[in-house]
This record gives sequence, structure tokens and C-alpha cells, in this order.
Amino acid sequence: MAETVAFYILAALILIFALFVITAKSTVYSVLFLVMDFLLVAALYILLHAQFLAVIQVLVYAGGIVVLYLFVVMLVNLKRPPEAHSDPRRLGRFGLVMALAVLAEIVAIAAYGWMTPAAETGALSASNVEQVGRALYTDYLIPFEVASMLLLVAMIGAIVLAKREL
Amino acid sequence: MSVETMQTQSPRPMFDTDELVINMGPQHPSTHGVLRLILRLDGEKVVDADVVIGYLHRGIEKLSENRDWTQIVLLTDRMDYVAAVTNNLGYVETVEKLYSLEVPRRAQYIRTILAELQRIASHLVWLGTHAMDIGAVTVFLFCLRERELVLDLFEEYCGARLTYNAMRVGGQPFDLPPGWDQKVLRFCTLQEQKLPEYQQLLTSNRIWLNRTRDVGVIPGCDAVAIGLCGPALRASGVVRDVRKDEPYAAYGEFEFDIPIGTRGDTYDRYLVRLEEFRQSIRIIRQAVAGLPEGPVMGKVPRLLKPPAGETYHAVEAPKGELGFFIVSDGRSVTPYRLRVRPPSFCNLQALPRLVRGHLVADVVAIIGTIDIVLGEVDR
Amino acid sequence: MVDAIIIPLIKIVIVFVSVLVAVMYIVLLERKVQAWVQVRLGPMRVGPHGILQPIADALKLFVKEDITPAKADRWIFSLAPILVLVPALIAFAVVPFDADITLFGLTIPGYIADVNVGLLYIVSVASIGIYGIILGGWSSNSKYPLLASLRSSAQLISYEVAVTMTLVTVIMLAGSLSMVGIVTAQREMGWWFAFAQPVAFFIYFVGGLAETNRAPFDLPEAEQELVGGFHTEYSGMRFAFFFLAEYANMIVISAVATTLFFGGWLSPFPNVGWLGFLAWVPGWVWFTAKTFAFLYVFLWVRATLPRYRYDQLMRLGWKWLIPLAILNIVVTGVLKVLV
Repeated sequence: MAETVAFYILAALILIFALFVITAKSTVYSVLFLVMDFLLVAALYILLHAQFLAVIQVLVYAGGIVVLYLFVVMLVNLKRPPEAHSDPRRLGRFGLVMALAVLAEIVAIAAYGWMTPAAETGALSASNVEQVGRALYTDYLIPFEVASMLLLVAMIGAIVLAKREL
Repeated sequence: MSVETMQTQSPRPMFDTDELVINMGPQHPSTHGVLRLILRLDGEKVVDADVVIGYLHRGIEKLSENRDWTQIVLLTDRMDYVAAVTNNLGYVETVEKLYSLEVPRRAQYIRTILAELQRIASHLVWLGTHAMDIGAVTVFLFCLRERELVLDLFEEYCGARLTYNAMRVGGQPFDLPPGWDQKVLRFCTLQEQKLPEYQQLLTSNRIWLNRTRDVGVIPGCDAVAIGLCGPALRASGVVRDVRKDEPYAAYGEFEFDIPIGTRGDTYDRYLVRLEEFRQSIRIIRQAVAGLPEGPVMGKVPRLLKPPAGETYHAVEAPKGELGFFIVSDGRSVTPYRLRVRPPSFCNLQALPRLVRGHLVADVVAIIGTIDIVLGEVDR
Repeated sequence: MVDAIIIPLIKIVIVFVSVLVAVMYIVLLERKVQAWVQVRLGPMRVGPHGILQPIADALKLFVKEDITPAKADRWIFSLAPILVLVPALIAFAVVPFDADITLFGLTIPGYIADVNVGLLYIVSVASIGIYGIILGGWSSNSKYPLLASLRSSAQLISYEVAVTMTLVTVIMLAGSLSMVGIVTAQREMGWWFAFAQPVAFFIYFVGGLAETNRAPFDLPEAEQELVGGFHTEYSGMRFAFFFLAEYANMIVISAVATTLFFGGWLSPFPNVGWLGFLAWVPGWVWFTAKTFAFLYVFLWVRATLPRYRYDQLMRLGWKWLIPLAILNIVVTGVLKVLV
């Protein structure tokens, strides 16, 4: 019961902060609301007894990635948008495509959840670090390795882009 | 963010990059006084630096035209206030040269001892502040501890600890207090023992090496072209020391070496100055040992009025060649024109060149290494 | 009820107060240690040997005017000091100070919480602290703090990588992510991990110096270069928050070093017979003593070394510590499989 209440409160807060993210006037505020969102999502994970995931969420997203966002936002002059952005119709079209994509995703997730029976959650609570590790290195080994390759490529690409005269 | 930005012609028009313009000083903890630098930064890299001086201008050269020849000694104290005795020495020797006055040998020796003690004191301030700028706070306190002893010696000799007014045209105002020479020798021994202490903290310290090696490099020819002088010039490998080249006071009678560097970077300048401590101690020992007897004040008219004419005379101040150019009209009791060639001012000219391409953190290291005193830069 | 709420509350209060008091006295200790190294006396006026100096300092900061620069971003400017201090304090939640204590028939665990991902919790909480620094510098709307906050966050992020990597080796040895589990593992193994993992300990300590912005990595607040660092524009209590946070972070780093590498609350030499009396000293005393030994090293290093330059610091982090940490993981893994 208490968990359900907590879930709805958290979910509502997440949505509210998500709204703030897109409506905030200052980009820095926007990023900060995003951090709040990530922290609340971490709280959701804790509700699901996925402490490992929660901590990683905070560490990687809130503590790492968004810090980099903040760097960019603070340093790049956002007062003068790139020329491509000045065309309002282009923005509108782009937004429409994005909205449709998100809608399709939500529908797909809802349909999937409706069609397949709920997975057992109890088993996760024991020592989920071990479980995550086991899952990653057995069932999901190939996706895991592909993802790490992708990250490596991205990293090298970023270095090459940033340091041309290497 | 209302950061003052400056548009530049970027080589890659794809990205706009803004230069950040920051003001370093005149109130900044490590500009060694009221120096102001306008730094144009690309990230943390210094693209260009503008040196703004004049915040400590007191018009000493112009004031001198309204003071009589003895009173000016007191004004020179206020130029390089961490090496006031050397300023006194430069000035009185110039006037003596203009006057063709004979200075007693004992006075010459005393002057040499004072000047070398002053070099040690000034280098101690340099080493301390330079090390502190790079973050080694302890060295600063060690250095000031030893400088204190020099100041005590000066206090005993002339009563003052900073602005000594310790010389007169034609000789020295006082003879040495009894036992003073022994105290000087004792200080020399102590200082020699303390030098390894600083070296232990810095010379082979990896971080210190990282921070000073190849930072602010200037090759000898460029150093000469820009007009660097003193240890900064010698660290670039140029052998130039007024004490050797045009001996004054009693320097002609002593043996000492001129340490020179090879690379002309901050580390070499550090090593050169450290070696100068030892050479100064060597000179002081010889001077104390060979101190002649006799009067300390030569025959000087009551009212100084040098004959008409002009002269230039330079001494080797701790910071470099300190020159005085004096014109006397032979009629009035004040100089017609007095012009100072201050080493700090000339060395400061190299600053924009030295800092270009380095990081902000190096700027403070470079300001420290060229060893400026704003009182002398602005006069 | 008593077990679930009151005892934890009491413990939280005790930990909170003792951390704050420790912070105040570390400031005094720092001044004293620096003074002794530099042949001075340090604060001597407030109380005997300056023992009351921290109270005077705190009082001064309390009554000082709290200035918000006219062009600062008010909200974020006020938020930043809190964002720095809070993570520093809540990190103590999972630090085990002692073994379980039995008091009036109640078994009280020597920690506030034993999360099974305790170590990661500390790391993640520490990573949140960066926000306060970045935002503090940015919201001041002033150039030197901005530069300093950029430096600081870049430094924190890069050294966090190295530090976290060393933690992996500790986890591999202990087989647990829980702080209590790690200490227990050390007791069972019979030797502290500092001796099993000297390289990891070295990297951790260097990284810890860098993460707390201490000398020789104190670039973000290099007063000789950047005047005062990211908190240049702060005054009064808000400045005190930054100040407290820095020292609280030092304690966190030292406490974690104690727990991970020096056996936490365990007494030394349990196997040497005639030193058995050491076990009678309460665990929290050992814990505190070890932590303070680390803090002393922090201060000692500061009094001795000059400061790194920004690019050199980055080079040290990325080109030396991180590869070394990775290598260490590989070697540990290989040894673990072989032995």
C-alpha cells in the first residue's frame, strides 16, 4: 500500500519536473530539473528493490552525463540559435515526427505489458548486483558487448573530432 | 551569462569560439602589487596579454627635480622597496660619478656588503613569493624567516628595516656597529645551511619541475632584443652582469662567478637565482675578511652642487641592471633631470611574450619568475 | 519502533554532530599543522593554544553579512552551497564506525545503514556534489569563479573515474559492495587491503586528494591564480557551507580509505599475542584514529608540495592513474583466477 502511494507520488513528481524541463526559460534550470527527474527515477528503482540500478542511475546519469550537459549549456552561447532553427515550420514538423515516435513507443510498451504476464519481481530483491552481472554476462552477453563497442567507437570518434591535429 | 566576449577570426568557421577576457589585477593576490593584466583566454590558454601599469606611479623622477641631492636618496628607497639599498647605491654612485668624488675604500666595502645582503633579502622575497604562487606555501615562510635576519642586520646598521636611506653621496653615513661583521658572517653560514632546505622542497620536486620547466622560455637573442636584464637574462645564457662588466663599489676586488642558465625557462631562472645566493655569500665573506680601516665618508662639500653635465651609471640590482641618468645644470641644488632605468620595468616588457600560449596558471609562475616590484615599475 | 526509528535517529544525530565538530577542529588542526611545519605557532589567542578558534570562526561567519551579487542568479546562487554540503554529509550514512555494540540488551549496529551497494552509494552521492561547485561558479556570474568551477568539475569527473576503478579491485577482493561486508572480509582474510592492494590504495589516495580539491590538486581554489575559486563571490554562512563541505569531504575520503584499505574499526595486529590488549580499545576509537591519521596526511601534503597545473593534473589522471587502475584490475582478476 505504502509503496503504491509512494509510486504515484514519485510518478507525479517525475512528470511535473519533466514538464518543467521543457518549459523552463533558462537552459540551466532546464538541466537542473532534468537532474531532479533522474534522482526521482532512481527513487523509483529503490521502490522496486533495484538498489544497484538506482545507484548507477545517480552515478552515471545525474553525476556524469548531466554534468556534461551543464558544461555545454553554460559555455555555449544559446542567445543566438543556429540559423536552421529560425524556420518555425521546420521546428513544427520535427516536433510532430518526434511526438509520433514517442506515441508509438508508448503504445508499443503498453501493448507489450498488456499481452505478456507480469514478470516476477520478488526474485530481484536478493542480491541484485550479482543478478545484474549474471544476466549481463550470460543472457545478454552479445547486446552488452555490442553496446560497449558502440561506446568505444563513440569515444574515439569524439576524440578525433575534438583533436584534429592529433 | 553576461561574460564579456570578444569575437575573433576563427580558423574554423564551423564553430564559434569566444575569447574570454579577464582582468588579472590590479587587486589580485599574485600580481605582486598593483599590476594589471588584461588576459585574452581561449579556454585556459592565454592568447594575448596586455600589461597595464601605473597604479603605483608617484612621480619619483619628477619629484627628484625638486629635492636636493641628498634628499633624493630617500626617494630612491621607495622604488624597489624590497631592495632599497641597491637603489641608494645606484643613485649615490651616479652622483659621485657626476661629481668625480673619491669614495673611501671602507665605504666601498660596506656598500658592497650591504648590496649583497640586500640581494639575498630580495631573492628571498622572490623565492618565497614565487614558490607561493606555485602553491608551495611553506617555502614562503621559510624565506621570510631568513629575510627577517637580514632586516635585523640592516636595522642594526642604519635603524630602518625597509627603506634604509643607508648611503650618502661621497660615502657612508655610519661606520659599522661593533660586532656587526661577525653577525653578518654568522648569517652567511646560516643562510648557507638553509639553502638546501629550499632546494629539498623544490629543486627536484616533480611538481615544481613540471610547473617551471619549459614555462616562459625565452632564448638569449630574444632576451637581449627585448631588454631583459639581471638573472632573467643570465638564465637565457647571456653572460652579462654589471658587477663584472663595469665593476663598481668594491666588486672589482672580489672573486665570484656569474651563474648562467641554458634553456631560459622558469626553472633556469630559479636555479640561477639560487646560485646567486651562494655567490652573494661568497662576496660578503671576502668583503668582511678584507674590510679596510679608515674613514667611511669622503670629502664632500656641505652643499652638493655637481658641475654641469650628464652621466649614466648602472649597478646590478637583484632584479637586473638598475641605471640612473642624471643631468645637472651646475647652477641649482637639484638635478635638472633624473631618469631611472628600472630593471623591473624592462623585464616586465617580456611578460606578454612569455605568457602567450601558456595557461593561466603559468601566468602567475611567469610573473613570479621575472621578479618585478611595482614600486620600481611605476616609480 | 525503538529499533527502527529512535536508535537510527540518535545515531544520525551523533554522527552529524560529531562530523560537524570534527570539521571545525580539522580546520584548526590544519592551521596548527601548517604552522608547525612552517615554524610558526598558528592560532594562539582564542582559548589556550587557540582551542576555541573554530567557535570564534563559526560565530564570525554566522554574523557576517550574506551578500548576493547583483547580477547573480539568486536561486541557484543560494542552492549551490546546499548542494555541496548535503552530499558530503549524507555519505556518512553507510560508513561503519564500529562493530555491533550491545547496550542495555539492545544490539546496536555500528553504522546508520548497511546498504548492499554501500560503496556505490558513496561514489554516487559524491558525484552529486559536483553540481554545487559548477552551479556556485556559474551563478556568481563572475569570470574567476566560472573558470574555477569548470576546472573543478573537470577535475572531479576525471579523478572519479580512477577512484571508482580502484574500488572495483577492492570489491573483487571483498566480494561485497557493502561497507560492513568489506570490513568483515578484511577480518576474515587476515590482512588489510592496503597491503593486499597497495597500488589501488595509492591511486585511491591520490584521487581522493584531487577529488577534495586539496593540495597539490587544489587548482579550483588556487588563490594565487583564481583569487578564491568557485566560492569567490560567497560570503558569510553560504561560504561557510562550502568550507564545511570541503572538510567534510576530506573526512569522507579518509573514512572510506580507512574502511576499504585499513580495516575500518578493526584493531591492528589481532594475531600478535602480546598485542592482544589492542582489541580492548573500542572499534570506533580505532576508526577515528585511522581516519585522523589520513586527515593528517592531507594536511602534511598541503604544507609540503607545490600545486599542479591544470593540464598536468589532467594528464596525471588520464594518462597515469586510470591506466594504472585498469591494469590493477586486470592483474587482480588474473591473480584471483590463478590463486
